[in-house]
Amino acid sequence: MKQIVSLKVNDTHYQDAVDDNMLLIDYLRNTRNLTGAKKGCDGGECGACTVLIDGLPRLSCITLLATCENTEVETIEGMAKNGRLSALQRAFHENLGTQCGFCTPGMIIAAEGLLRTTANPDDDQIKTALGGNLCRCTGYVKIIKSVNAAAKALS
Amino acid sequence: MTKNMAIQRAGQPVPLVDGIEKVTGKASYTADLLTADCLTGRILRSPSSHGRIVRLDTTKAEALEGVAGIVTGADCPHTYGVIPIAMNEYPMARDKVRYRGEPVAAVAACDAATAERALELIELEIEELPACYTIKQARGKDAFLLHEDKPGNIERQVNNEFGNPAAGFEKADLVREETFSCAEINHAQMEPHAALAEYDVERDRLVFHSVTQVPFYVHLTLARCLEMDTSAIQVIKPFVGGGFGARTETLNFEIITALLARAAGGKVMMHLTREESFITHRGRPETEISLKIGLTKQGLITAVDCEVSQRGGAYAGYGLVTILYAGALLHGLYDIPAVKYAGYRVYSNQPPCGAMRGHGTVDVRHAFECLLDRMANELGIDPFAVRRANLLSAPTRTANDLLVNSYGLAQCLEKVEAASKWHERRGKLEPGRGLGMACSHYVSGAAKPVHWTGEPHAVVTLKLDFDGSITAFTGASDIGQGSSTMVALAVAEVMGVGLDRIRIVANDSVVTPKDNGSYSSRVTFMVGNATIQAAERLRELLINAAAAKLDAKPDHVECTGETFMVRGSEQSVLSFAEVAEAALAVDGTLTVKGTFTCPPEAQGGKHRGGAVGSTMGFSYAAQVVEASVDADTGLITVEKVWAALDCGFAINPLAVEGQIEGSVWMGMGQALGEETRFAEGLPVHANLLGYRVPTIVESPDIEVHIVESIDPLGPFGAKEAGEGALSGFPPALANAVADAIGIQANFLPLTPDRMVDELIKARRAAKRKEVS
Repeated sequence: MKQIVSLKVNDTHYQDAVDDNMLLIDYLRNTRNLTGAKKGCDGGECGACTVLIDGLPRLSCITLLATCENTEVETIEGMAKNGRLSALQRAFHENLGTQCGFCTPGMIIAAEGLLRTTANPDDDQIKTALGGNLCRCTGYVKIIKSVNAAAKALS
Repeated sequence: MTKNMAIQRAGQPVPLVDGIEKVTGKASYTADLLTADCLTGRILRSPSSHGRIVRLDTTKAEALEGVAGIVTGADCPHTYGVIPIAMNEYPMARDKVRYRGEPVAAVAACDAATAERALELIELEIEELPACYTIKQARGKDAFLLHEDKPGNIERQVNNEFGNPAAGFEKADLVREETFSCAEINHAQMEPHAALAEYDVERDRLVFHSVTQVPFYVHLTLARCLEMDTSAIQVIKPFVGGGFGARTETLNFEIITALLARAAGGKVMMHLTREESFITHRGRPETEISLKIGLTKQGLITAVDCEVSQRGGAYAGYGLVTILYAGALLHGLYDIPAVKYAGYRVYSNQPPCGAMRGHGTVDVRHAFECLLDRMANELGIDPFAVRRANLLSAPTRTANDLLVNSYGLAQCLEKVEAASKWHERRGKLEPGRGLGMACSHYVSGAAKPVHWTGEPHAVVTLKLDFDGSITAFTGASDIGQGSSTMVALAVAEVMGVGLDRIRIVANDSVVTPKDNGSYSSRVTFMVGNATIQAAERLRELLINAAAAKLDAKPDHVECTGETFMVRGSEQSVLSFAEVAEAALAVDGTLTVKGTFTCPPEAQGGKHRGGAVGSTMGFSYAAQVVEASVDADTGLITVEKVWAALDCGFAINPLAVEGQIEGSVWMGMGQALGEETRFAEGLPVHANLLGYRVPTIVESPDIEVHIVESIDPLGPFGAKEAGEGALSGFPPALANAVADAIGIQANFLPLTPDRMVDELIKARRAAKRKEVS
């Protein structure tokens, strides 16, 4: 069954007729060509697909698009403004918070969700916020450093 | 308009040249490539661990609307495999299946739902055969053979002896022997496998994108399996989400995707699920080690005797190299006069194992560093002291004829000993908390590649054009380790130009020179040296042009940063743009090539298998782990790690730190919880909850110290940095656990359930002692 869904993605309003079992990640990747959010697992295990829904980090691979009616979805592609990196993007880039980069969009989005509610998180708060995002390259050391650097740059 | 750029020198920390793409989501991985006109591929896998294919009927599936192509084992009668002398695998099983999940057939259809429906319509009948799931079963007297030409289910047996082990053990004051068992693990790189193949029917050409670490192997294998001329194939590597050895070998799904594209006469995208990525495997094998060491009272190692069995899974894959590495790299870390080694690579009915970070060495190093620590303890020698008693002095050759040209292990030991306050703190921590240490090493690239052609080991080309930009073309695969950044830095350093002037084009077989790929930590050493040579040649062309323009001799021209002048003269200074223009005026766009070939003395001994383990330079590492153990739950917490690694010279210290942190942490995953598990050959671990990769929550602070021994052959003195520290972590942790609670565990991983068993055993033993 098709249904009409209206939502905002990265500041643009969309109204689309979609299958009612469509997942948000497939909508973002296939319909909107926003391939930043990644599929790293078979459902809800790795965090690589994390996006913000109404400001909160959510796993787009286990979110039905139909439940996103009238919400505001933000993806990694919406983080840079006028081509300038966000504080988190810059910090991940400069501090090597990213190596292969596959987990990075989800990681930055989850950290973005944290920094919007907690201006100066301590390491435990960072670890809790990113606890559902797996990285296989960095050992997380420089990811924590990156989030701290971004928090500092924003304050 | 041209401007002079800020100079970036090797040795300064630099963010990745492709980092912006990664943080903005613009980096396109294989699964992100545009698929508007694409068919979807799906693979039918064996439900049986071992059996004969009695019937495989695709008629009904072919009749399904939307199905564009179906392939089975019948469509590819050619074996493939990473080792030319050990290819015994087909991309899809023919006649027999040998593990659950082995590909049997594949479908390309208009969409995923149709492809999956078609798989259900394929009729597969298998006659079950007896299966072997353990080393013991496989090596049993009457074990059913997986491959008829492999008696005893042995893929490769290695027996060698260097020095005089018997005499060495005679001389020892203390001889101890222990057995260790280490579980099989998987790379679990974050990006699941994917491939995109486009077959051009009219031209009989194939364009192939994949997640590979070694596009060159994929290229050769596709040509072999599809019976195509190599010149008709183009292989492109997009961004790759981690490798760790999983993608060194060409993988079955890659060949299958190409076969499907040809069968369907079009373009096929294949996404493997996480479960399928686990089943594709090629991870570190389950390993049993029996190790005997002889020590003098002073702590000198007199002899080593080591027997290793690896459960390799159903096909040869990398097996013979893995079992050779396990023996070869007993050498090269310490001065050991005599070593006896016996290795057995065993077939079993599980997915094939392969190369994984620290290839072949990790489990053996674990056993060695654990046993050495215990014996030192028994002799009353400090763990640092026993290692210092056995240091090599470079340059030297080991008993098995490996070249050791630079050796910074002593400095690594000093760094972590001081940083961890080892002597002040050890033995004085709160109950249940301990300190442990270990050393490790790894090759900077195999000095003899498996596909031996006589070509240089690496080729890099550079282009300087009218716009003043320098483009480096390389076949080296950046899989997140930062190889493209390394190439850019090497050019910038040699030419004295700004990093902004340089672009990297990598991994498109039509455009970039062939490279042997990203494995065995070869890229910095080999591609780095090739880049330096290319940059030196380009620099020479510019200096000659500047000399002509300045009316001076070339060797009087000084190139400092982005300017050229006659040495000692401040007046006539030419900008980079002016010199480039002058150089191009002679015969247009400048292109130069640099190559690197490993010197023969680095290519190992003359004994059988002697090339494995040979390298131009070993990295060396020492680390201290502080850990605590919960006596009730058995849960181990890693509190802090101090790691020092001798990488020769850190071309990009930021990337070197990242590699050391990542490799230490990956060793932690293996030590604490990672293991594949099978129930009658059925993988029960094949997701990221069942397979316990450490999260950020249980990951410790890792304090990194870089040691620079300046290797005489390395690019700017550099060696590898991405593998050497891994194998030190598991033994350092086990030694910390022994220090914390007195339990010497001979297994990996040290999971809470296993630790609880050990704690109960220890309590019972203590009680018995009390009673008697």
